[in-house]
Amino acid sequence: MDVVATPMPGNAPRPVLATEGLTKVYRMGEVDVHALRGVDFQLAEGEFVVLLGASGSGKSTLLNILGGLDVPTSGRVFYREQELTHADERALTRYRREHVGFVFQFYNLIPSLTARENVALVTDISPNPLAPEEALSLVGLGTRLDHFPSQLSGGEQQRVALARAIARRPDILLCDEPTGALDAKTGTAVLEVIARINRELGTTTAVITHNAPIAQMADRVVTLADGRIAGEHRNTEKKAPGELSW
Amino acid sequence: MRALERKLLRDLSRLKGQGFTIALVVAAGIAAYVSTLSVYRSLSESQRAYYERSRFADVFVRLERAPDALLERLEVLPGVAEVEARQVEDVTLDMPGLPEPVVGRILSVPGSGAPPRLNQLHLRRGRWVEPGRANEVLVNEGFAKAHRLEPGDTVMALVNGRRVALRVVGVVLSPEYIFALAPGSLFDDDRRFGIFWMDRDTLASAFRMEGAFNDLVVRLAPGARAEDVVAALDRELVPYGGFGAYPRARQTSDRFVSNEIVQLRANATIVPLIFLGVAAFLVNVVLSRVVGTQREQIAALKALGYSNGALAAHYLELVGVVVGLGSLLGVALGAWMGRALLGVYMDVFRFPLLAYRLDAGMVAGAVLVSAVSASVGALAAVRQTVRLPPAEAMRPAAPPSYRPTPLERVGFHALFSQGGRMVLRDLERRPWRLLLTSLGIALAVAILIVGRFSGDALRYLMDVQYGQVQREDLAVAFTKSVPDRARRELEMIPGVRHTEPMRVVPVRLVAGPRRYETAIQGLPPEGGLRRVMDTEGRPVPLRGEGLLLGTELARRLGVGLGDAVRVEVLDAGRTVRDARVTGLVEEWLGTSAYMDLTELARLVGDDRVITGATLVVDRAQQDGVYARLKALPWVASVTRADLAKELFREQSERFLTVLTFILGAFASAIAVGIVYNNARVALAVRSRDLATLRVLGFTRREISLVLLGEMAVGLLLALPLGMVLGKLFAEWVARAAVDSELYRIPAIVAPPTYATAVLVVLVAGILSALLVRRRLDHLDLIGVLKTRE
Repeated sequence: MDVVATPMPGNAPRPVLATEGLTKVYRMGEVDVHALRGVDFQLAEGEFVVLLGASGSGKSTLLNILGGLDVPTSGRVFYREQELTHADERALTRYRREHVGFVFQFYNLIPSLTARENVALVTDISPNPLAPEEALSLVGLGTRLDHFPSQLSGGEQQRVALARAIARRPDILLCDEPTGALDAKTGTAVLEVIARINRELGTTTAVITHNAPIAQMADRVVTLADGRIAGEHRNTEKKAPGELSW
Repeated sequence: MRALERKLLRDLSRLKGQGFTIALVVAAGIAAYVSTLSVYRSLSESQRAYYERSRFADVFVRLERAPDALLERLEVLPGVAEVEARQVEDVTLDMPGLPEPVVGRILSVPGSGAPPRLNQLHLRRGRWVEPGRANEVLVNEGFAKAHRLEPGDTVMALVNGRRVALRVVGVVLSPEYIFALAPGSLFDDDRRFGIFWMDRDTLASAFRMEGAFNDLVVRLAPGARAEDVVAALDRELVPYGGFGAYPRARQTSDRFVSNEIVQLRANATIVPLIFLGVAAFLVNVVLSRVVGTQREQIAALKALGYSNGALAAHYLELVGVVVGLGSLLGVALGAWMGRALLGVYMDVFRFPLLAYRLDAGMVAGAVLVSAVSASVGALAAVRQTVRLPPAEAMRPAAPPSYRPTPLERVGFHALFSQGGRMVLRDLERRPWRLLLTSLGIALAVAILIVGRFSGDALRYLMDVQYGQVQREDLAVAFTKSVPDRARRELEMIPGVRHTEPMRVVPVRLVAGPRRYETAIQGLPPEGGLRRVMDTEGRPVPLRGEGLLLGTELARRLGVGLGDAVRVEVLDAGRTVRDARVTGLVEEWLGTSAYMDLTELARLVGDDRVITGATLVVDRAQQDGVYARLKALPWVASVTRADLAKELFREQSERFLTVLTFILGAFASAIAVGIVYNNARVALAVRSRDLATLRVLGFTRREISLVLLGEMAVGLLLALPLGMVLGKLFAEWVARAAVDSELYRIPAIVAPPTYATAVLVVLVAGILSALLVRRRLDHLDLIGVLKTRE
């Protein structure tokens, strides 16, 4: 893989998200885990970035901090002009509520709510949301509105999660291994929806994966290893998800 | 409806078994609270209103005889607002259908035909007595009901030796006899104690009391202290044979009614607290688990932008619905139980109006109390939710750290199977939960024991009192002191096998600053019918000139063995003597002093006279004996020893059966609530482990051990703990809840009571464990293994 670091072009759009020297240390049971060891990262307006890395490389931690789910041990985080580094719980909640859409590897749907109701969880608390039905139509689930998660396939569940993430018209869409639990065919379908949202709605998108071929659909690819950025490159030509082989 | 509210409803429907059992515990607590508090309010309010409306007296005094002219002096005593003089006489009644003589008490009403100014009567039926019409009486409603007396009926009485037909013209209620207890009796018995009111002139002429009175009721001036008036009256009445004035709080009826009211108030606090404490614990256990299993959902909701406050409110609402349902059920159940309980009181306490009171404030209070207790339980679990940083919640929880148990550490590995080890290590990891579980179940056992213990205690008390202390068949009280040879007349009645003399001298005992009005009972030292027992249950010989005191009386006087006590005889002579305490006796009923009959005569300075006798009679000739006793003019009352036991059985056993049933249901609610919820939680936590074990080839029985082992340990620890707690509660109730001057309750818990309590709780626990165990049959082996923890 091409791991030449590419400097940001001078006329690049200003960053929506930026970090400086980010580190994160966890205590897991009785062990200290250094998940991030000094990460400088930027995400530009409308950009589609793929974060590549093996399991344990720190990519999920980075995404969680970017999404306001976690705070760094040291270093700084910015959303546009707003510094999130020392934001309190209340401010982070507001940040997530107003700007961020999340998609997780294991969907994290509420099992006791239907597809429509899971999306409504977000539209209930957002100022200017899409209708749940509209969001579900966007991901191709307009006919399965009243199904419970247990009645949906893995791909469908992930698309519900995607609909839930975009229903509030977020500024940033953060996807943590969105295809990790899916087979190639359903995975492709989910990636197509993500790509379309980035393209058509202009939502700044970051996707985490350990699956290298997926990187070919991004504007830019950042590789993490052992809590550090190990490489970064720009795709001269973006591929459509259907063209990927994995 | 918002999506989060839908989640709430669906969570509730999934948790319905657990929610329902918690709601039941809450309902039991609220029902106990509402029923006792509402009856407490009803009784205390009825009492207060009735006393006020009927102008119930504040101070009472009985005396031998004083001229009406004395009243002028008494009326101007400081603190006295109003004085009413009366004549009160006890007579013997001859009631058809009852072979034994019945005690009748006749009180005078003013001869003018006007109603009394104090202790006013409430006329239920018929009319007032007309002055000048001989032998017209009003009768109390209890006696009228027991004997189906209506205005126009007559009652035969022995009035000063003459048979007199009392003509009933009206049926009344009196604030003095809300609870009607015959003199010397322990149980109210409307069949054997009748109270009558008669025109004062007629009564006075029958007893040669014209222009005199022997009973006084006093109303205090505002701000006056009862003790001052009592002391002043005692001083004034010494020459007239005053038996010692006493305030309202020592009036028999008020004492029993007020005692009951105080007990109700105590019950309205203690019992609900136990239930609501258990409910709080259960809410905590279940909600912690719900929050635990919804860890990832909480994380997702936080990631979606739900605030901590919104999530805390969400889980509090879940608790709120359960507790709200429990409260509603409890209020309904409590109102129903309260009405039933008040119905029981209506048969015992005669109020003109005893209305059931359940106001909105009480209901609001009940709901508030249960909401607070549940919130206390929910708090820790909700805080857990709030504290969880979303990124961390997104990851599966780190495996809990376990260690080998102490027994294993010292090398006894072989003692346990793998399943047993899982259970024990879990218990060791969370000893507090085990402790609280056991404590909760133990409280259920203790509640049952306390509920039934009064039956055991009273049965014991009856056995001692009528098996060892009072061993006569009949006790006869005389209208006056008679020479001992008068017993001959009793012995000549066919069927009377044996008699023993008895003398009761009303006295005031004084030791230093302490004084106590009671009676010295003089008994023959050689007698066998009346005995006094020491604290070890051995008979104490009555020899020498010393005084034997009941332990309660000695405590109140602050004296012990060998101390001196001043004896003031409460009669016109007012003899004052010193005596020494030569023995302490165990006494469950009353507060008396005892003495050798001959020595008593020497102490008070007169001949060996007697005021009563105890009799052994031939059972076959009993009715004949009664007939002859009724005809003797100097016989005031006849008490059957076996009757007390019979009344006790009649009155208490039925009540105890109902109480046991209700408390059994309540205690079961606790046991089921705890065992079921803990087992359900264990199932939720362990379903993955259990499915793994099943896949590995464990049988259902083996995995049941792992699932229910913790509950079994908790239950087995709880049973002995509950028995100990029950005994402690019983001792506490025995000490605190009764008017210790009237009687003391021994803290006796009989083995069947322990057995019943243990059995009820054990069965409830086992049934609810089995209910959860059935779910093991539906364990989805493949599905469980596939889902991500």
